[in-house]
Amino acid sequence: MTAGARGPVDPAAGGGVSRRTFVKIGVITGAGLTLGVAWRLTRGPGLPPTDAVFAPDAYLRIDPDGSITVVVDRSEMGQGVSTALPQLVAEELDVAWAQVDFVFAPAHGAYGSRGMQVTGGSTSVAESWEPLRRAGATARWMLREAAARQWGLPADQLETREGAVVAPDGQMLTYGELAQAAAGLDVPEDVPLKDPETFRLIGRSVPRLDVPAKVTGQAVFGIDAGPADARIAVVARCPVFGGTVRSYDPSAALAVDGVEEVVPISSGIAVVARGFVEAKAGRDALVVEWDEGADPLLDDAAISDRLRGVLGEGRTVRDDGDVEAALSVASADLEASYSLPYLAHATMEPMNCTAWVRDGRCTVWAPTQFQNAPSLVGGGARQVAADAAGVDDADVHTTFLGGGFGRRAERDFVREAAEIAGKVEGPIKVIWTREDDMQHDFYRPASVHELSARLGPDGAPEVWDHRMASQSILERFVPGWLPDVAADFAGRRDPTSTEGASNHPYHVPNARMTYAKVDLPVPVGFWRSVGHTHTGFVVESFVDELAHLAGADPYAYRRQLLEEHPRHRAVLDAVAEAAGWGDEPPEGRARGIAVVESFGSFVAEVAEVSASNGRPRVHRVWCAVDCGTVVNPRIVEAQMRSGIVYGLTAALYGEINIREGRAVQSNFHDYLMLRINEAPRIEVVLVPSGDPPGGVGEPGTPPIAPAVANALFALTGQRIRDLPLRLG
Amino acid sequence: MATLNVNGQVRTVDVPDTHPLLWVLRERLELLGTKFGCGIGQCGSCTVLVDGQAMRSCQLTVAQVGSSEITTIEGISEHGSHPVQQAWIEEQVPQCGYCQSGQIVSAVALLERIPEPTDEDIDRVMSGNVCRCGVYDAIRRAIHRAAEMRFEATVSDAGQGGAP
Repeated sequence: MTAGARGPVDPAAGGGVSRRTFVKIGVITGAGLTLGVAWRLTRGPGLPPTDAVFAPDAYLRIDPDGSITVVVDRSEMGQGVSTALPQLVAEELDVAWAQVDFVFAPAHGAYGSRGMQVTGGSTSVAESWEPLRRAGATARWMLREAAARQWGLPADQLETREGAVVAPDGQMLTYGELAQAAAGLDVPEDVPLKDPETFRLIGRSVPRLDVPAKVTGQAVFGIDAGPADARIAVVARCPVFGGTVRSYDPSAALAVDGVEEVVPISSGIAVVARGFVEAKAGRDALVVEWDEGADPLLDDAAISDRLRGVLGEGRTVRDDGDVEAALSVASADLEASYSLPYLAHATMEPMNCTAWVRDGRCTVWAPTQFQNAPSLVGGGARQVAADAAGVDDADVHTTFLGGGFGRRAERDFVREAAEIAGKVEGPIKVIWTREDDMQHDFYRPASVHELSARLGPDGAPEVWDHRMASQSILERFVPGWLPDVAADFAGRRDPTSTEGASNHPYHVPNARMTYAKVDLPVPVGFWRSVGHTHTGFVVESFVDELAHLAGADPYAYRRQLLEEHPRHRAVLDAVAEAAGWGDEPPEGRARGIAVVESFGSFVAEVAEVSASNGRPRVHRVWCAVDCGTVVNPRIVEAQMRSGIVYGLTAALYGEINIREGRAVQSNFHDYLMLRINEAPRIEVVLVPSGDPPGGVGEPGTPPIAPAVANALFALTGQRIRDLPLRLG
Repeated sequence: MATLNVNGQVRTVDVPDTHPLLWVLRERLELLGTKFGCGIGQCGSCTVLVDGQAMRSCQLTVAQVGSSEITTIEGISEHGSHPVQQAWIEEQVPQCGYCQSGQIVSAVALLERIPEPTDEDIDRVMSGNVCRCGVYDAIRRAIHRAAEMRFEATVSDAGQGGAP
């Protein structure tokens, strides 16, 4: 079993880095050495003294046996980063894939980008594309130089392959044999990168490094991590959003066999026991009187009224041409109102975190997407854990994540564990029940949209007016941030709410969008593809409506309006061809199409549906994706399938209702998951493009809901404008 | 006190009769491959074999299990050598991987009962196991592949004279 596959192995016990822009950290113990590269060398405060083999800035470690370990600074939640990032290093390093292993990075300023160590926005490969290839190339250069000196030959006469330097006469030295000598060399700057034409690993579907551990039950997730003797905490939280504890009586909980302590924390009351069953029984027995806050009667109808009441107000986030003038000449041809519900993330692994406070430091084992952000309000897991535990600093061991989807960019579960650990002896693992997880999520915001449009004589839209209202994720995530962001965007838009609509690509001379932000106590957060989860549905449904109004084929109509967007067009063409768009679908079925650009990638999808007894069924999906340069084709395809199933689950079933101030749904019996017997056959086409890598974790999701809704319209003539999709 | 037969070993644990098998496996026997997903038998993450049948360990008490033979993901094979695990690797099924122990255990039980399953068989039997990453296409492919591998192994055994 590999170290990385076993989970939280921490390569960084300390710092000790010289201040250079590109530095070798390395160094030697009896066991091997580390060639490290760092771009930002701010040492984290309070790190223990240097142990050079485990230098914090190292992305790459070479052991004397020739094994290569890549330090992965993004969280593996299924999207394949623990394979794709090592692939970037291994390509430039010239090693065989079988030599490569990985470990997860500690929370440290040397990792991540833009001052944050966070996995989100489908940015991992795009942001690592240059630095990790450079890490591999620099190490390769140094290893080759070490061989050149040993042999007394010019370095440029030497080749590297499969983890060895080879001389013209065939003699060779492995990287393991050269590692120590290479570590003594100065680190070169600006080592050239390979010509993409010569790539041997990038662009190949090399096997995922995490799969062996995941088929044997050995992969360590958050719920499996940390000291085996950690006690378990289950937390009672106010079921009403925004509520707090008024009073509690621990006696009934403490009477439960196995319950050891009852601890008040900021999110509620924690019941600590020897095991989960005991802790949950204690939580069930606990008597708490809640202060249900300002809005204990909040429900769906009230939320809908609030959202609809402000439509048209707020900021103008797009204003092309003159919509008012255009609409004063003649009224709109089409007015449509769309609504989308709150959605839970429902990661398969419920929220959890393990924390232990010892000697003035907090250690956490966390399935987190957000390790470190020293300068951001609230910070990452490291800052939150230290703050909650009341200590100066924290160490974060990132585990495998049993799903993330944006939920694990939150720090609430880390705060709970660290806060309890700061108040009791020994390690504590907080485990959320599925009901806790579903009823205390940060939901995809509910939103309402009104659109109006008028077509020109050629059927193309002359006016497109979009009024939207929702809560703002951005403002909730970083309170007080929105004004800054608004300033950054010249007052234009809140991207987490309006992305994909404020900048939709269809050619319209008079286009306007207004966004009205509403404050409600329901917590909202980043949900796989964020703003595009609703704007993709609205824009792609609406353009389909316009196509119908114009009497045009929905594929041809989009194509015509996307003349200036060749990458949109290319994926539309590719998906239409794959699906046989012009061909008659099988009896009783119909097809719909949609195309969405998100996170730097372009995805078009066609869904083939039928309906029986008022229930839609999706039989097949075709997907064409241009995500720029493809690092690992099989992972890209898998992410498209994954995004489609995730989006389809939401389109068909997903809905968190609010009643009496709380979430109605609680578990998989009433928040339904798409299962294998409902899963469509999915065909994915990669559309080659030499552009830099875009994201793949999220972009598969936005087009599926509108593709299915558009297919249902083609099938039944019913235009469904509210999700989840229900046939009347 | 309960005495359980887990992965071929007799294990005694100090828990009440009503304790769910899932939490005995995870917290008392340190068999962490079996996962907690929903606690109400809806997701299949906690699936184990009980006398060869795929069951939800969150819904079984130790009293109900009694002396039945329990097989967890750790007991499916020594080092991931079971045809289902090998097929899972070949088809690169897992993404986040959290549901995969349950998926694999369910697939092992399926192939014991239906050695050459159709897609419809797979859909029916595997519908109790939720995958939030949506790897259902890959699971179908991998189960067909595992069925082939089991068949090939049988033929090859027979070619070498078969089992005694």
